[in-house]
Amino acid sequence: MSPPGSVAAESVPLAPARPRAEREWVAVLRRLVRRRTALFGLAVVAIVFLTALLAPAVSPFDPFDQDISQRLKEPGWQDAHGRVHPLGTDHLGRDILARIIYGSRIALLVGLSAVLISGLLGMTIGLCAGYFGGRLDDFFMRLADIQLAFPFILLAIAVIGVLGPSLGNIIVVIGVSSWVVYARVVRAEVLSIREREFVQAAVALGSLDGRILLRHVLPNAFTPWLVVATLDMARVIVIESALSFLGLGVQPPTPTWGGMLADGRVYLSTAWWLATFPGLAILITVLGINLFGDGLRDTLDPRLKV
Amino acid sequence: MTSYLVRRGWQSLLVLLGVSAVVFLILHLTGDPALLLLPPDATAEDIARFRTAMGFDDPVFVQYIRFLRGALRGDFGESVRHGEPAMSLVLERLPATFELAGAGLLLALCLAIPAGIVSAVKRNTAVDYISTVMALLGQAMPTFWLGIMLILVFSVRLSWLPSSGRGDVEHLVLPAITLGLFTTARIARLTRSGMLEVLAQDYIRTARAKGVSEPPVVWKHALKNASIPIVTIVGIELGTLLGGSVITETIFAWPGVGRLSVQAIFNRDYPVVQAAVFLLASTFVIVNFLVDVAYTYLDPRIRFR
Repeated sequence: MSPPGSVAAESVPLAPARPRAEREWVAVLRRLVRRRTALFGLAVVAIVFLTALLAPAVSPFDPFDQDISQRLKEPGWQDAHGRVHPLGTDHLGRDILARIIYGSRIALLVGLSAVLISGLLGMTIGLCAGYFGGRLDDFFMRLADIQLAFPFILLAIAVIGVLGPSLGNIIVVIGVSSWVVYARVVRAEVLSIREREFVQAAVALGSLDGRILLRHVLPNAFTPWLVVATLDMARVIVIESALSFLGLGVQPPTPTWGGMLADGRVYLSTAWWLATFPGLAILITVLGINLFGDGLRDTLDPRLKV
Repeated sequence: MTSYLVRRGWQSLLVLLGVSAVVFLILHLTGDPALLLLPPDATAEDIARFRTAMGFDDPVFVQYIRFLRGALRGDFGESVRHGEPAMSLVLERLPATFELAGAGLLLALCLAIPAGIVSAVKRNTAVDYISTVMALLGQAMPTFWLGIMLILVFSVRLSWLPSSGRGDVEHLVLPAITLGLFTTARIARLTRSGMLEVLAQDYIRTARAKGVSEPPVVWKHALKNASIPIVTIVGIELGTLLGGSVITETIFAWPGVGRLSVQAIFNRDYPVVQAAVFLLASTFVIVNFLVDVAYTYLDPRIRFR
């Protein structure tokens, strides 16, 4: 039998020290910035976000401005007023750069909103399934298997085909059907957090389940969630542009990267720039998010396999 | 081992049941399937008559049981557009989709596994960097853009390869690359990290210490142990390939299930959509069950769980 004092000495302090936690974040940021690829990714993401926010200020032309006399002009073409179209014009004479800049708004809007919906949904399911276990856990994990059995894009186009393509429907459909990764990662984390001393101490002190989940479990499951959310945003952006490409995204004349690609495909043999540049925009954005997400994972939680 | 397989088989059946429920619900999302299935100019009497004939007035649960009975026999109703049974239309197109997905997967495995192994063995050399950058680009590249760029270069500019249709091997090249690239990138990165992990294990050091030459160490000792996550991802990537076929087939006018589904959605031909979604999802569930069976051979420890 050990003396009672030694138990207290080994136990973890119950109240987490706030200032220390903040300093940890600074340290994490510093480590993140030191990874060159992650920094590059962060820079790309920042530029895309700023472009989307400041679109009216940075865009050289109005993205809806049609001029049939200037249709299908190649990149760098100068019009009669001496204004240069850096990436050329499309089949209706609209400036491609302007449309790519405005297209980033839809991509990011759908990306952020859908990730937020699926992230919150997955977080809630993961927390409950992991913490309460038993039948609830079985139920949600079978539900996850069912969700994963569907080729995502096929289910999405079937549902959007029935409901009709609109910004709201696209966000909800992608959001509601993307919760599985979040739920699995959070659940796995909760399973180990549940057994830790500070949670057991909270249980022993008579805390309610809701309070334990929110105050003690959630903050510790947040890191893997954040990594998944970052990487998932890239996937959502690709899906949004795929839907737009198939004609099931946000409808024209609103510029979307996928929709521009679909237009460009028609003029592939005469005007290569129509399809090339919107695709590059998707590629660069997704690459930036992936690099940043990879860096975030390696810094925060290297053991996480996502 | 038997109990493990029985349990997994039971779980797969449950998942298939869930899949059928979701496929059933697709048609009931708006609340009135009759309106979805009939042309927009149908009169109110037409709609009412159709609703009674199809049994849409019954409780949803009764309708689901009826749907499930049909689904078990492969009966998803008739195609609104072609007047043929929906399932036989889909089955007709299935070989084309399997051919494309198989070619994409084969390409991915042939490129990704050697690339991943070389990357891991020659870590931090130029070969590793090039392969890693390629994999990162491959994962970020949207399928439809890649397909269009390949058509632009190899069909429009160089006229080397056909840009659409199904036929001989030439027709398969561009669609297979388009469909397989994402999977290639994913498997390459996974193989690299898996091999790095295994190469750091004690038994690899032991093998080297007792004088085993480098090729058998890499190909026999390490690869076999790194293969479990690769087999897992192949099962999961099949879902990516089947889903990707929707886009790839549309771009290359490949006569498979993916293109059929997209056309069916635009034609409001929902029985065909339901049959296609059900068939592709079931394929995924069955293949992943087979992957689990394969595990028991790769990792004998699973047999005793």
